[in-house]
Formats: sequence, structure tokens, C-alpha cells
Amino acid sequence: MKEADFRDNETLELFKKSGGNILLTTIDAIFDWGRSNSIWPLTFATSCCGIEMMAAGAARHDFARFGIEVYRASPRQADVIVVAGTIVNKMAPVLKRLYDQMSDPKYVIAMGACAVSGGPFFYNTYHVIRGVDHVIPVDVYVPGCPPRPEALLYGVMQLQRKIKLETMRSPRSTDDLLR
Amino acid sequence: MNNEQLKERILGLVPDAEFQENKQFLTFLIPPARLHALAQKLRDEEDLAFDFLFCLTGVDLIKQLMVIYHMESTRHKHQLVLKVQTEDRLNPAFDTVCDLWKTAEFHEREVYDLLGIRFNNHPDLRRIFLDEDWKGHPLRKDYTDEVNIVEL
Repeated sequence: MKEADFRDNETLELFKKSGGNILLTTIDAIFDWGRSNSIWPLTFATSCCGIEMMAAGAARHDFARFGIEVYRASPRQADVIVVAGTIVNKMAPVLKRLYDQMSDPKYVIAMGACAVSGGPFFYNTYHVIRGVDHVIPVDVYVPGCPPRPEALLYGVMQLQRKIKLETMRSPRSTDDLLR
Repeated sequence: MNNEQLKERILGLVPDAEFQENKQFLTFLIPPARLHALAQKLRDEEDLAFDFLFCLTGVDLIKQLMVIYHMESTRHKHQLVLKVQTEDRLNPAFDTVCDLWKTAEFHEREVYDLLGIRFNNHPDLRRIFLDEDWKGHPLRKDYTDEVNIVEL
């Protein structure tokens, strides 16, 4: 992703014109800067996408460069849950509980075909959730089977852009406006 | 023991075993009634000593239901595959081998869970992956689920 594109928030800025005063906007800027540059993911992976996620965290791709600093083993310390892999019917309640245990603000990246739509398990299966958005709200979808670490990095950067447009008055307002 | 000797040895034990050609492992299809007695001998006799059951699989062949046993002797380093099958799709049942190889206990529960094949004398034949109240056995070829399965 080019630096210029990353800075260009014009499309999303349109949604920000819902009001807000100058003081809040400035504090917002500080909060958003902090939040978007220290997204800690939860150690959660259910299949092969998890391997790509680990690769993204390891030395070659090293997504700590972008502030996705450390994997947290507890949902209470995590900011983002990267759903990396197939979610089956038995796993869905566990995923929901993990999501509920995370403290706000929290974000979800659906990584890979299985988490986006059920992927290769869409047809002729009896046990797979067809898209993790049936269970928890998703912020960013990263397609691929599995996506390369670069794709996950791109997804995380999109999430950062999204976080940069949040306002304290209603943290998920851009989200609601997009719906 | 090499495969030729092993083949003769098995046919000596169970003359009505059917040898299957061109398989990766030495493979026999044996009558279900003889399964447990044969397995007992395979494990206990000194020159056979199959002490490791490394895979137990269920298969739905549409007409028949089959269970496949992969075993190995860690002492003699030889391997063997046994198959048993039945045409009874309503109440398929084989003798358990989990009294000989403890690992079979969970494997047989899995086969029961997904294919509905019962194992006589199994100490704890419950579902292992699916919920207790699940209806049917989803790896059967004739399994249908109007609600959850999207047919291609």
C-alpha cells in the first residue's frame, strides 16, 4: 500500500461530517493515533490462516512495524481478534465468548475464505459457520485461501484507517453510518 | 518378517481371508466374525507382535460399510492392514478391538459418531465430536440435512 493512499481518507472523511466540535476533534486525533498504532491481536487461529498470521508476525514480515505489537494470550488484553481459519459450529460459542471478553474498543478481522464466507466448506458440509459475521461483527475482510502475510498487513492497515476516523462521542459512528 | 512370509502366516491363521493386490500395505479383507480372534493372535504371538494400531478408519462404500485397521509391530517393523465390511446399513456392528489396543477406544467412538457403525463390547460407545443430541451420522453418503447443508 502506497503511503499516499494510506494518507488519503477522503472517502471515509465524508462520513465524518456528522458534526463534532474542535476540542473533541483534537483529542480524537490523539486517541486515534494511539489506538491505531498499538493494535494488539489475540492469539487465536483455527487453521492454516493461522500459519500465515504467524508468518506476518515473524521476522520477515514483522507486523510489529505497524504497531500490531504483541500477540496477547488473554482476550482481556487484546484489541483485535484476527479470525484466522474455519469456524465450526462447536467453535462458534467459544469465539463469541472470546469476543465478549475483549474490552472496548475492539475490532475483528476476518482473515481468509473460511472466515469471510465459509470458503471451501460452503457447500455440502454440516458443521461450518458460513462467514464469521454470523457470530461477531467484522471490521475488515481479508480474502484469500490463505491470504499471504502482505494481504493481512493490508487488512490491518485498512483497520488502522478505520480507527483513525473514530470519534470519542460515538466510537463506532463511521461504522454505523456505513451500514 | 517380510511381506511374503507375513502373507503366508496370515493365510495360515485365517484361510478365508481375502488378499488384496497392489496396495501400499499388505492388505486383507477378513470375515467380521474372525476379526477379534485374529487381532488377538496378531498382537500376542511372538513372531507377529503387532503392538501398535496406528489408524482405524470407517468408510462408506454406498453398498457396504467398512472399517480399516492399520497396524504395525514396533519390534519387527512390519505393517499390516485389515479390512472388515458389512452390507447391513441399518445395524452395522463389528467386534471392538479396544481391549487389545487402547487407542481403538477413541477411534471407534469417532467411527460410530460419523458413520454409525457400532462396536460390540465397547466400554463407552458415545459420540465424540458431535453434540449428544445430534440426529444421524453425517459422513454417511445418504445423510441429508435440509437446513444446514447447501447442496452444490
